[in-house]
Amino acid sequence: MGNKQTIFTDEQLDAYQDCTFFTRKEILRLHGRYHELAPHLVPMDYTDEPDVKLPLALIVNMPELKENPFRNRIVESFSEDGLGNLSFNDFVDMFSVLSEMAPRELKAIYAFKIYDFNVDNYICKEDLEKTLNKLTREELTAEEVNLVCEKAIEEADLDGDNKLSFADFENMISRAPDFLSTFHIRI
Amino acid sequence: MDRRVSFDSNPHCLEAAPESPWDEGVAHRSFSPLIEESGPSPDGRGEALEMADLAEEEEEEEDEEEEEEEEGDRDNPAVLAGQSDNPGSSATRETNPLVRQRWSAATQRVLCSMPSRTMGQSQGAIISRYCSRSEQLRLRRQSQTSIRGSTRSARPSIRGYRMEVEPKGEEDKKEQLVTNLQSLVAADRVRMLRTMPVSMAEKSELRKLACSFKSGPSLSHREVSCHSRLKYCTTSALNACNSCLSFLQSLQLWQVALKRVSGRFGTGVLSYFLFLKTLLFFNALLFIITGLFLVIPQAANPPQHGTSNVSFTGLELLTGGGYFTHTVMFYGYYTNSITNTSYGGGAAVSRSTYSITLAYFFTIGVAFFITCIILVYSMSKSFGRSFRIYKSQGNLAVKVFCVWDFKVIKVSSVRLQSENICTQLKELLSEVNCREVEKSVAQRLARVAIHTLAWAVCLGSTLGCVLSVYYFSSHMHKDHQQVASSRTVSSLQWEARMLALPVMVSTINLLLPSLFNIVAWMEEYDSPSVRTHVAIFRNLLLKVSVLGVLCYHWLGRIAVDGQSLSLKCWESFVGQELYRFLLMDFIFTVLDTLIGEFLWKLFSQRVLRRKRKPVFDIARNVLDLIYGQTLAWLGVLFTPLLPAVQIIKLLLLFYMKKASLMVNCQAPRKPWRASQMSTLFITLLCFPSFLGAAVSVTYTMWTLKPSLECGPFRGFKTMFLSGKEWIEQLKETNPNLAWLTWVHISLVENPVFLFSVAGIFLIVTYFYTQVVDGQRKIISLLQEQIENEGQDKKFLISRLQEAHEQKRTVSPRRRQLRSSEDSSID
Repeated sequence: MGNKQTIFTDEQLDAYQDCTFFTRKEILRLHGRYHELAPHLVPMDYTDEPDVKLPLALIVNMPELKENPFRNRIVESFSEDGLGNLSFNDFVDMFSVLSEMAPRELKAIYAFKIYDFNVDNYICKEDLEKTLNKLTREELTAEEVNLVCEKAIEEADLDGDNKLSFADFENMISRAPDFLSTFHIRI
Repeated sequence: MDRRVSFDSNPHCLEAAPESPWDEGVAHRSFSPLIEESGPSPDGRGEALEMADLAEEEEEEEDEEEEEEEEGDRDNPAVLAGQSDNPGSSATRETNPLVRQRWSAATQRVLCSMPSRTMGQSQGAIISRYCSRSEQLRLRRQSQTSIRGSTRSARPSIRGYRMEVEPKGEEDKKEQLVTNLQSLVAADRVRMLRTMPVSMAEKSELRKLACSFKSGPSLSHREVSCHSRLKYCTTSALNACNSCLSFLQSLQLWQVALKRVSGRFGTGVLSYFLFLKTLLFFNALLFIITGLFLVIPQAANPPQHGTSNVSFTGLELLTGGGYFTHTVMFYGYYTNSITNTSYGGGAAVSRSTYSITLAYFFTIGVAFFITCIILVYSMSKSFGRSFRIYKSQGNLAVKVFCVWDFKVIKVSSVRLQSENICTQLKELLSEVNCREVEKSVAQRLARVAIHTLAWAVCLGSTLGCVLSVYYFSSHMHKDHQQVASSRTVSSLQWEARMLALPVMVSTINLLLPSLFNIVAWMEEYDSPSVRTHVAIFRNLLLKVSVLGVLCYHWLGRIAVDGQSLSLKCWESFVGQELYRFLLMDFIFTVLDTLIGEFLWKLFSQRVLRRKRKPVFDIARNVLDLIYGQTLAWLGVLFTPLLPAVQIIKLLLLFYMKKASLMVNCQAPRKPWRASQMSTLFITLLCFPSFLGAAVSVTYTMWTLKPSLECGPFRGFKTMFLSGKEWIEQLKETNPNLAWLTWVHISLVENPVFLFSVAGIFLIVTYFYTQVVDGQRKIISLLQEQIENEGQDKKFLISRLQEAHEQKRTVSPRRRQLRSSEDSSID
């Protein structure tokens, strides 16, 4: 089968295939999706590795992310500058981690980053409160939110500092076999 | 700087600005240099003594110290110093020394760079971790001991995350990682690269470096021992299988449709459609095997005794009889004669012989064997993914973090999901708060009584239906005998009568689960998963008993007594029966989906006045799929084209169910544990369904006498004997393959060998269960160890904090004393 595509070099496609959980066809399809977010910004020719980053506002408009309450955090966690500007590499990386085949550990690392709203490497009570409010669209009363947060930290915190470090988070995730199937976005 | 996380402002580490803990070069630090820095004396022993001195000093002067503290409710160091590590008291909020605001800069510096805090976050930590991992992998492949260096680890970390006393520079670590990657095999390297949580650019750079030196120190075969080579072969074979399956998955059948379903209804409903896709794959495999080896050769060489001159009427599609009886579709068409085909152009004309008998025998055997292997493999993989070590339920933290289904993308579904989560959390909270609600004896008795009544109703109705199927089938049998002997009814009418039994069974399968649902509605269960499991069990019991009775009817009555029904070919008749059952099942499902679900939606919205549409009953639909698949597996022996019928049925079912779903249903309200349920469904597909079908087929081939006048096994006492005869023929015709005969006689036919193989399997299984038990114990021990580590950490943090506070209060005090001395001198 001849390679009719001129978007990537063969070597680039091989690198993508080895470093992510996508096949060549899927990478090309992802490029198509990335391109249609901003057709005037994203070049069709990636052989010279252009340095193009799309802002958060554009990425978050994708149908897969538009209604997700954590969309901003998801995009920020995968961006290099932490503000949500994704290059194509970051874009592919994001959907690779969120794909079906990514292992639990990898997903746990990024899930922790996503739920860590103030980016201080712990999930503290404020982070949990924000998570809960986003999950329930602020339909729980403040008292209930408080109760849930306290109970959750009490259950998961192992070193008693009232916040969850990554080790605590991962230990807790290991009890949930559903994590792999829910932390998954189809693209 | 960390690539991903922007270090905006960390108020708790601002004091540590000169030595930012987020420096990339910091892999991880040990405690010792930092404690040395902060303490007055360089050697550890002095430090400990000094801390003890300080503690004593503190105890005497605590009252005076208290006033000099900044915050009001300070923790009492005397209490902490005096008592042993008592988790109970230190957990109280007021005296908790671990609250962040009270730490000094040095403490925070220490804490921020603790290995557990930096795990997975900073670049350096990731690289060093993956360096050690790749090292371990390389050593494991070389089958040397991979526990080398365990003495050096300062923390008993499960993942070999070692703490090094001399922290290497980041560049060295990276080089070492690249070297390790180079020495790995390609598949391992790819896997390691894919699972590294670094950015794509970094990964491709590592890959380039690792691949560029292909001539570097790669794994030489000398170093790879025999055992690990064998292991590697088996793993690569399994990987090949896996990649084959993933290739088939990547064919991306229905990709868009599945995405729409999951976007609107979530993972639970999606699992039904994924299960359908899996069944489609199994049937396609079966169809390819039987098609290639049975249908095509026989169709290419039609039997000589001429086809029947029955014309095609539409009723055949329904009954499978009539025109279809003498086609490739049914067993009766196949000949036992050896077909001679001559091919080859030019001078050399070679003849090939193709024995349909043998082909039939081996095709069915191999097809079932391959299906069995694939089923067991997918079942074990699914089980491994969803195995839960802790049987806790209602874990709140887990619920908060793992409940949001990221696949849902439609606005209304997202809103619904939020509402569901809200409801679930409220329920969990109320459960947590009023857990001690004691039910009175009367309530408990009432509950038990209701449960007993419900079970009685379900079991009674199941028994009733099974008996009715039994008597109706025996009535049909007698009727059939009468008709056969008297020949008063036209064949078309008679074949239409044959549809009565399938219609009855399908009606039972349709109505009884609804009865079970109604009965379950009045029962009260502890948790929704128990409710689902009970519903599945009742449904399964019904289907298994009905199928059991039907198998008895076919294999125990018709097969044995074919003559009385003036059947030339009982196998074709049984095949037709199975075809009818499959088709009736499909027609009833269509009617139920198109009409039933629609009517139910109208009923629930108009009459019951519910605002929401009805919910898609995942368990019931999956059990229907399993039932259909069991019929298909039962019928392959008699109807080689039945998998094709099943494929068509599944394709149509997919589109129909999807359409009905979009119109009539809404996303489920109760939580659906998708991975556990998927495991359960594939287990049900393997154990009652496939096993039952395999047992029936084996029974047919082993004991039942094939009909004399039709089929490829005519003349043999049992179908199985054809294989035996072939082995004996082989001995005579081809003495080179005599060893095969010897293998057959001494291994396959020798009961001692079979018993010993079965015994060995049992022993190995027992050992593995013991190993799993032991591992479970180790896991609970490690969990305890983690908790102890947490206690140690708490203790050390509080001690560290004490030491710094002492320094802070002692030095101003000393300054005070000095200044007072100076002033007194002046």
